[in-house]
Amino acid sequence: MSNNIAPQDTDNLAASNEANTNTALESEQNAERKAAAKAALKAEYKELAIQGLWKNNPGLVQLLGLCPLLAVTSTVTNALGLGLATLLVLICSNITVSAIRHWVPKDIRIPIFVLIIAAFVTCVQLLMNAFSYGIYQSLGIFLPLIVTNCAIIGRAEAYASKNPVKKAAFDGLMMGLGFALILILLGVIREILGQGTLFDGAELLLGDWATSLTIQVMQLDTQFLLAILPPGAFIAMGFLIALKNAIDNYIKGRHVEKNDKVIERVRVNFDS
Amino acid sequence: MAFWIASSPHNHNHTKTPNLMRLVILATLPGVLAQWYFFGWGNLIHIGLAMATALICEFIVLSLRKKPIAHQLLDGSGLLTALLLGICLPALAPWWISVVGTAFAIIIVKQLYGGLGHNPFNPAMAGYVMLLVSFPIQMTLWQPPLSLLAIDLTFSNTLTTIFTGFTVEGYSVEQVRSSIDGITMATPLDTLKTNISQGFTVIESIKNPVFGDNFSLGWEWINAGFLLGGLFLLAKKAIAWQTPISFLLSIFVCSFIGYSFAPDANPSTMFHWFTGATMLGAFFILTDPVTGATSNKGRLVVGALAGLLIYLIRTFGGYPDGVAFAILLCNMSAPLIDQYTRPRTYGHEKGE
Repeated sequence: MSNNIAPQDTDNLAASNEANTNTALESEQNAERKAAAKAALKAEYKELAIQGLWKNNPGLVQLLGLCPLLAVTSTVTNALGLGLATLLVLICSNITVSAIRHWVPKDIRIPIFVLIIAAFVTCVQLLMNAFSYGIYQSLGIFLPLIVTNCAIIGRAEAYASKNPVKKAAFDGLMMGLGFALILILLGVIREILGQGTLFDGAELLLGDWATSLTIQVMQLDTQFLLAILPPGAFIAMGFLIALKNAIDNYIKGRHVEKNDKVIERVRVNFDS
Repeated sequence: MAFWIASSPHNHNHTKTPNLMRLVILATLPGVLAQWYFFGWGNLIHIGLAMATALICEFIVLSLRKKPIAHQLLDGSGLLTALLLGICLPALAPWWISVVGTAFAIIIVKQLYGGLGHNPFNPAMAGYVMLLVSFPIQMTLWQPPLSLLAIDLTFSNTLTTIFTGFTVEGYSVEQVRSSIDGITMATPLDTLKTNISQGFTVIESIKNPVFGDNFSLGWEWINAGFLLGGLFLLAKKAIAWQTPISFLLSIFVCSFIGYSFAPDANPSTMFHWFTGATMLGAFFILTDPVTGATSNKGRLVVGALAGLLIYLIRTFGGYPDGVAFAILLCNMSAPLIDQYTRPRTYGHEKGE
């Protein structure tokens, strides 16, 4: 028996050693895999952020939700109010759509998405009605009209309905931020050109302490009405898009130059 | 001895853009002179300001776009735009009105769309509409004819009014615009519109001194001057006859219908023809070869449409004169009208 046991023991030992090394290897591989997955995830989140804020900006590139973008951005305060409302709705709707994505029948997904978005818009509208009545009044019909903002249903359809909750929430955050940034930028341009002020009426959104935020950038004898009216928004939007394209072209041009240099070095090596 | 053999055509007409533009600028002279005679120096000062702005703006944009500067800067199209805008502005408007308007017209309406030949809208009229929409107070500072003014508007007085808002003696623009009785005077079109909305008849309202003996004091001669210049352009074949004729006929038809239905609330055709910017629009702005229709039938349609729109805006709209708005709307529809009024290609059946 003992004879029998010994080799078994050694076998066991060897086996357990092997197992140990195996588990060590596995855990190493696991760690590597995890790190790789983490890096991939990080890259994906970075890509999502770049897409939302710059490359695929809902305001500048997709040109979605132009109606509120052009109608509401006459002052920074209005732009900020609508931007925050849209951001909130976009995040919440992305999360919800993503959470129920396995149970939504494909044929009726659009009505379901619209219902979800409408529910969140109603929440936001009631909240704003309760806590910032002034901005609620000055946004008027454009607050409930967030339901029809194509940027939101576009994200629900294109991203949230196919991806897990966390990513969808991050995508909503980035897209909403991109949209809000463009709104605020347009608001700044139009408010300065139109009235010569910044943050006029900020107390409507942020409470009474914000009255002191109002800055008189320049003293205008007369309002430049075109900048405040929607046509001015179209023109300013055109200039913003042109600026973005110019920056993209500039970056592209620099990349091409770098590539040329690389090729030259290769040639030099080849010759020598 | 060598013969220079060239292929046909042997007979060139030397119409180039600068020549055409110079001809059109020349043709505005009678109207501009009439404007100077009846309303003083204001518009001439604005024309000068606008032309200087146009040259500077065009120089900047052309150098940014790396285009041949000398060639395109001096082709006269920018100067013509500035001239037309300067003619349209109220004589006593502040100086920055003409600067802002011309800069908008040249930079945004003309050059950003690709320069001469690529702009879908007439730059002068787009600039005017931008000003009218943005600065309604300054753009309605219409000055009554000199003969009705209580204050002598000399050149220096006009200059200081445009740059500082006050004459040399210290009268404000409002005081200059007031009659001896202290009532601010408006243009005939404005007065008529206000009076009719207050329930006066046309006959009652044209007793106002701004109407003069005929249709509207001063304005009728300015329009006659532009008519003369327009006929000169027609004789030189610089513009097509279809646009102005159908435009004036269309106004005639519309105002004739209105006048025969309710003569108390509708002024005569002659009033519509010889007040406001009718003749300027008919011969100098609507006939713009870039923004107007290109086929003959299309020109007829565009002219008729513009006439109808001007009558509608003057009668039912919110603004007293609607030439600029009507022309912009026509510019917008001109490509569509051209699409449906293509002439038959020689040797082809219709619709081939």
